[in-house]
Amino acid sequence: MLYAILCYNDEDTVFSWSKEEEQATMDRLIAVQAPLREAGKLGPVARLMPTTAATTLRKGKNEPLVIDGPFAETKEQLLGFYVIDFETLDEAIEFSKKLAIANPGAGSYEIRPLHAFRPGTMAT
Amino acid sequence: MTDLAWIDIAFTNARPQVLGALLRYFRNLDIAEEAFQEACLRALKTWPDKGPPRDPVAWLIFVGRNSGIDAVRKQSKTQGLPDEEVISDTGDAESDLAERLDGSNYRDDILRLLFICCHPDLPATQQIALALRVVSGLSVTQIARAFLVSESAMEQRITRAKARVAAAGVPFETPGAVERTERMALVSAMIYLIYNEGYSAGGPGREASAFADEAIRLGRLLLRLFPAEPEIMGLLALMLLQQSRNMARFDADGQIILLEDQDRSLWCRTLIDEALALLDKAIRHRRPGPYQLQAAIAALHSRAKRAQDTDWSEIDLLYQTLERLHPSPVVTLNRAVAVAKLKGPEEALALVESLADKLDGYFYFHGLRGGLLAQLGRSHEAHIAFDRAIALAHSPAEAAHIRHQLDRLSVTAPAIAK
Repeated sequence: MLYAILCYNDEDTVFSWSKEEEQATMDRLIAVQAPLREAGKLGPVARLMPTTAATTLRKGKNEPLVIDGPFAETKEQLLGFYVIDFETLDEAIEFSKKLAIANPGAGSYEIRPLHAFRPGTMAT
Repeated sequence: MTDLAWIDIAFTNARPQVLGALLRYFRNLDIAEEAFQEACLRALKTWPDKGPPRDPVAWLIFVGRNSGIDAVRKQSKTQGLPDEEVISDTGDAESDLAERLDGSNYRDDILRLLFICCHPDLPATQQIALALRVVSGLSVTQIARAFLVSESAMEQRITRAKARVAAAGVPFETPGAVERTERMALVSAMIYLIYNEGYSAGGPGREASAFADEAIRLGRLLLRLFPAEPEIMGLLALMLLQQSRNMARFDADGQIILLEDQDRSLWCRTLIDEALALLDKAIRHRRPGPYQLQAAIAALHSRAKRAQDTDWSEIDLLYQTLERLHPSPVVTLNRAVAVAKLKGPEEALALVESLADKLDGYFYFHGLRGGLLAQLGRSHEAHIAFDRAIALAHSPAEAAHIRHQLDRLSVTAPAIAK
């Protein structure tokens, strides 16, 4: 089963890491990803720009409404996501625990099974 | 990262919100600052064991408020110390407070706090120092080192700024729409001042260059509070674009490398991408402003793969728009660079000369004028202009850059001399 792991954290904090903290965190995360990558189970891994760069389209009565945001009220923001092929939910939880340890500070991880996944054709 | 480093970042990020709320409550900057300090001390005692609270900001406000009341009472000597247990046991009250502190509350508190620091009565250097001390929580030592003044001088400067702000009175009422816009413009200008202070000090290793990161952090904060303000998007985009070139701006000896000579592969793609995304969002609002226009100009440089691919005519147009919207001799001076690229040094020099009265004390004026004169082979005049620029340079790197141009002048001079 394919799972999406959605990573939430306080972006104010994450975007004020120093270069060294940033690099150390990335090194730990890459180490956590390595076994899955080698097993060919690791799909897209994405890190999102801050919510200030986001735009939201909300369905209105007539025209869809385009608004800046998401807004700042929530304590944690969606900062990135993984798509991974796991045998069981337990495996997905185990992996998320490793992510939680590799990332400093607080944060939460939403584990969502995928209905469908189409990789598309965008060159990277 | 250790627990303590983590908590330190949490404090810095919570600071504007917490201090803003405490200021609203106590209406006195010194009491609010002390209360914040006290709340942080208590957090250091409890968070490492119990883990951070669900809402650190609400926790700090709650504890800070209690300890502030405590301090005020102690000063008036009418009441004894409240029980330590009462203040430490914050569980329920804190979540209650978090419910009541909604986004708009945070927003006005932070805006007020920033607004106080850029009070129009204060000269720019005091605005910057006060904001870095009060909003960002940098130590007096750090700020003093960056400004190259003694610690006691900086301490004095900040104390004087605080006294001046207190004497001028702080508007605590919730600002109306017009006032909010005015405050936001002042706050944006102050954040950009902080950025420039860091940027012009330049180079890694200089304490002041940390100001640039701090300004970007404040810009992001402001935009999260007002997510639909195109000028704040523009301001943040502008700072990100300038910051993206940080690694390419100096050579190994710390000498300035001009934009057109920079190794563009050293430009930070992540920052550029974020800035371009912000600029796209800003333009949709169709409310152009000075920051958006400056960011758009910076973006054109970022989009050019090589220096010779730069769209100078578009840059010239953007500068002309900026001149109409926000006339300033410095804007015209910058446009002269585009004019020089498009129409040659002669026309650019004419434009520059027209600014002589207004910009005589400005480093870049003499630097650019010298450069244009040198291109036209008027070495003697170029020499005088460069000498004047060196006298006005802000940093050794700036002076060295002009000296380098002077050296080139004396090398090429014999060939030009008739």
